[in-house]
Amino acid sequence: MVRFVLQRFLGMLSVMFVVVTIVFVIVRVAPGDPAAVMLGPDATPADIEALRTRLGIDRPLVMQYVFFLGQLLRGDLGQSIFLDMPVASALLDRAEPTFFLTLFSILIAAGIALPVGIMAAYRRGTFFDQSVTTLTMLAASIPSFWLGLILIQVFAVRLGWFPVAGYGGPDASLMTRLSHLVLPAVALGVVSSALITRFTRASMLDVLNDDYVRTARSKGMSEFRVVLRHAFKNALIPVLTVIGLTAALLISGAVVTETVFSLPGVGNLVVSAVLRRDYPVIQGALLVIAAIYVLINFGIDMLYLMIDPRVRY
Amino acid sequence: MAAASDAYAPPRLLTLILQRKTLAVGLLILAVVTLLAVLAPLVAPYSPSKLSIVNRLKPPGAEWFFGTDEFGRDIFSRTIYAGQLSLLVGAAATAFACVVGIALGIVAGFFRKADALVSRVVDAMMAFPDILLAIALVAALGPSLATVIVALGIVYAPRLARIVRASTLVIRELPYVEAARALGVPTWRIMTRHVLRNLVSPILVQATFIFAYAMLAEAGLSFLGVGVSPEIPTWGTMIASGRQYVGQADWMTVFPGIAIVLTVLSLQLVGDGLRDLLDPRLRKDL
Repeated sequence: MVRFVLQRFLGMLSVMFVVVTIVFVIVRVAPGDPAAVMLGPDATPADIEALRTRLGIDRPLVMQYVFFLGQLLRGDLGQSIFLDMPVASALLDRAEPTFFLTLFSILIAAGIALPVGIMAAYRRGTFFDQSVTTLTMLAASIPSFWLGLILIQVFAVRLGWFPVAGYGGPDASLMTRLSHLVLPAVALGVVSSALITRFTRASMLDVLNDDYVRTARSKGMSEFRVVLRHAFKNALIPVLTVIGLTAALLISGAVVTETVFSLPGVGNLVVSAVLRRDYPVIQGALLVIAAIYVLINFGIDMLYLMIDPRVRY
Repeated sequence: MAAASDAYAPPRLLTLILQRKTLAVGLLILAVVTLLAVLAPLVAPYSPSKLSIVNRLKPPGAEWFFGTDEFGRDIFSRTIYAGQLSLLVGAAATAFACVVGIALGIVAGFFRKADALVSRVVDAMMAFPDILLAIALVAALGPSLATVIVALGIVYAPRLARIVRASTLVIRELPYVEAARALGVPTWRIMTRHVLRNLVSPILVQATFIFAYAMLAEAGLSFLGVGVSPEIPTWGTMIASGRQYVGQADWMTVFPGIAIVLTVLSLQLVGDGLRDLLDPRLRKDL
């Protein structure tokens, strides 16, 4: 088991190393001089040269790469040009809305998907099951930003139940801030629930006809107990995997949804950085989000070890 | 025995399609959307760029089916014309992803030395959320129609590479490939004629889904203003311009959104139906 954990950990490190290299390459393939692009047409050659030195892009490419790796090992993600602050601090400042948005979205997605997926599998082939299959496909076809706009039209503008946009200002109470997250979380959660529902249904179908489920039934156990305690528990691994991966993907959905709802989160920061060509911020955000994805993957693997006694490596 | 095999006539393609409700419905919606986009100059009642300030923000009605926008342009005509570009970007990005993904996948599956490197890069690429990687690539390459296509192609190529590699690993060990090798057939010919031909089904199914994802991602990029120029009508840019008129002219966002949902839904239905049709394990008529 220790060997398996170590193997997965080393695998994760090697993927992270390639991720870092890809991020380095993406930012460097930008045509023209990044310093000149960032400073705009009014910049003097002296300004451009100063920024080149500050960013370290006046050195040879290999040196830049070594410097970049050294910086990362020290936990330094660089300095934002436009915010004039460390990228790590800028990301941390914006982490709260993104974290809660992702958390609520995954809770909504799982809250919809688990009961619906279990029920669809239990009533396989019925009208309910067919409707669920069609609706999940429809949900997966909806752009979350468009659903967000529709929710704003109905629940914020017409009914006035929720705020239209923003995060309630710096002095707002936690409840006020959270109320700003309801509509974006619903928009993201509904769209994400499609994938989890399909996986839950499929993995429940795999186990519902297994011998131990039949045995549980023949012992006179209630259907509720048979489905939840015996079948669902065994269908949990693929479901947990997809919930974990959806959580990571939600960060990507948050990039667009935060813009719709003007939430001051990481997604909004990335979009502004792209529009202002603030390369260090784009680079830092890409790295952190990819690292979270890789870590979640690693976490899921470790979870397998804990919840499934059959998994012994 | 001979009589039985003589009596068997393979079902015709149309019959096979009609037997699968999802595939038939998906193809029908996709055909309607594509035809409307291709025949836009004939179908659209107005020019997509015709300004009419006196008719700005008119609600949907007999004269303007989907209403008008802030410049008095007909939303119905713009939605149909926008379909041309949205479908083009989706199709081109899928084609790009197919070329890169198939090449990487087949090389990784065939040559063990290349496998380690390609697999690591594919794993790492898949650690980036789709739209975030696309945004970063467009930011690096500069926003334009071509870079959006290339960026989305790069984003989705690893998905295909992974599938092609896995299938190639299986096929390369099959006896007929071994026989071809023993006969001295050159490697490139084995790769293209013997391996690739057997990968058509999974590639086709995956490409349909990539088409759907690419259309969603393109709409997202255009909505954020980091994709194609906001002046070019795509369903994403139309929703972005309607955003300022939420509550005042909801039709500006509703109709282009419905166009995206219908097209993406049709592609997902086609992908699902194709998987059912092409995967022998799922075939009910064999």
